[in-house]
Amino acid sequence: MARSLMVWRRPMWLSTYTASAVAFAVAMSVGAAALAQEQSSPSGLGRPPTAAELRDGLVGPDGADLPQGSGTAVEGALVFAGRGCTTCHGPTGTEGPSVALVGGRVTSFSNYWPISHWPFAPTIWDYIRRVMPYDRPGILTVDEAYAVTAFLLYRNGIIGEHDTMDARSLAAVEMPHRDDYQRPEPWTPDTPRGFEIVPAR
Amino acid sequence: MRDMQPSRRRFLKKSAAVAGVVASPPALALAAESASAESLPPAVVDNNSLESVLYGQRSRFVTTTREIEGRSHNTTPTTRPNPQRPSARTPLAELVGTITPTSLHFTTQHYYGIPDINPDEHSLMVEGMVDRPLVFTMDELRRLPFVSRICFLECIGNRPNPRATTVAGTHGRTGCSEWTGVPLSVLLREAGLKNGAHWIIAESSDGGRHTKSVPLAKALDDVLVAYGQNGEPVRPDHGYPLRLVVPGFEGVYNVKWLRRIKVVDQPYLSFQEHSRFLTPNPKTQRDSYDFGPNSVITAPSGSQQLPEPGSYVITGLAWSGGGTVRKVEVSTDGGQTYQEAQLAGPVLPKAHTRFYLPWRWSGEEAVLQSRCLDEKGQLQPTEAEYARYWNLTRAQLYGTIQSQLGHCNWLQPWKVGLDGTVTNGLAPTDVVVDVHG
Repeated sequence: MARSLMVWRRPMWLSTYTASAVAFAVAMSVGAAALAQEQSSPSGLGRPPTAAELRDGLVGPDGADLPQGSGTAVEGALVFAGRGCTTCHGPTGTEGPSVALVGGRVTSFSNYWPISHWPFAPTIWDYIRRVMPYDRPGILTVDEAYAVTAFLLYRNGIIGEHDTMDARSLAAVEMPHRDDYQRPEPWTPDTPRGFEIVPAR
Repeated sequence: MRDMQPSRRRFLKKSAAVAGVVASPPALALAAESASAESLPPAVVDNNSLESVLYGQRSRFVTTTREIEGRSHNTTPTTRPNPQRPSARTPLAELVGTITPTSLHFTTQHYYGIPDINPDEHSLMVEGMVDRPLVFTMDELRRLPFVSRICFLECIGNRPNPRATTVAGTHGRTGCSEWTGVPLSVLLREAGLKNGAHWIIAESSDGGRHTKSVPLAKALDDVLVAYGQNGEPVRPDHGYPLRLVVPGFEGVYNVKWLRRIKVVDQPYLSFQEHSRFLTPNPKTQRDSYDFGPNSVITAPSGSQQLPEPGSYVITGLAWSGGGTVRKVEVSTDGGQTYQEAQLAGPVLPKAHTRFYLPWRWSGEEAVLQSRCLDEKGQLQPTEAEYARYWNLTRAQLYGTIQSQLGHCNWLQPWKVGLDGTVTNGLAPTDVVVDVHG
């Protein structure tokens, strides 16, 4: 029972949190002993993550793991000022002293990629949620992260000021440079490098 | 030889004085007087301090340090709560053998400082497309099968400044260590892979939460979750207590302070991944995995001085993400002719390999350079071959575009002047490059 739950692909509207909570509740009713046996690793080492640990997860480009919650640019402007984002990024996200979050273009192999060039919006949410603000990463609530993401997308001219960003709408945002993205080619130990000089001798 | 004589004479005199003491006690005072006039050699000094017994120290005559790069990112704000730690390069010219001492191994800091992690509170989560998401404590990880691998670790932006005056400046973003830890394949077997899994995402626990996508085929091949470096726990600036080691791949894959492995079906586009995946040039993207063959002469190298014509060994390091170094050739005439160098060993896959070539310097100008051939048959490119492949002019090659390409493994010439000074042998360009921290 527990095993079949693990492979069940939840619909996108159902958040990781909800899925975990349901799984947890069902698992408890099935019986903790049975669950432990089902889930034990070959070595018997390691423990299952807690629901909280799983909730604090990574979100990929398709946004499938985005949690429940929402925010708008209007709310995001308040969060941006209230959570100290302005300290590094300036009152409107352009003044610095750190990287400008509005506008910008790719000039070199920069690790600061302009937000408008991120090909998928969910990863912007993911980065803000996990890594910002600089001095206290991770303090933003899920809703605050949606709101700040909406604020920055709005300020970059990608969504409207009153558009609500949530798991579904954020994943559906069409980023302007999305088509520049190329899926990486698969790698195997024998894959030749693209740049290969093999002497004729 | 001339220098030898005075001390030899002194030794003979001293022997005579000692003989005199034995022969005739009254001569004692005389002998002491003559010895003080002669000034005795300094008494043997025991340099052992308790500290150096507990934790060995190097000689006070050895002062080699890493080479600070300064602030590596121009856009770093000064108002940040944590002052940015500078990056530092390996002092390749001062090293021998193949292992880089951990304290001299290059480090690149991106935006965030080094976290102070208590290993008792640290854990690694393996989750995502697995049968059993698992959290391992550090103690549990040490109860799993482990392996040690000697391999190089290099920044994609090595060749930070091709026009630098020293080899630390041109090639100092590489190092080689023995890494010890659990093969990632073991951890993935513990968790059980699901169908459809093709990538893993590794996440750091520092403030920057660096994440990087690694192809599953590589993860199952030779990737390590390492807790040991050169026989001791991984040091904080290298990822204490746990880091990913991805042999032969760009440095950015080797996630430090590792806290999470998520198994997924597609690469994530994290903060540091865009530049490789979003270029319109497919060549860049294809080359975002393992490094090609590379080598550089570390002695004689830039800023060194040959004191006189005569016998030397030309020595350096060769390495390739493609596997083992098969052959290294050295030229003393700027690439017109090459001689095969000796490999000093050990010769290991994806590891720094030490080579040398005995050489007699005639006192004439010479241009020294090396080239590496790896086990896949890949040959280290010349500057022209590299530029041609990327369809670049020389100015572009040494302009900012270099920083977009990475993998700058073209040949490095060192020029020996008539006075024995060694300088960077790259033909001059007007472009000053110091990019991609």
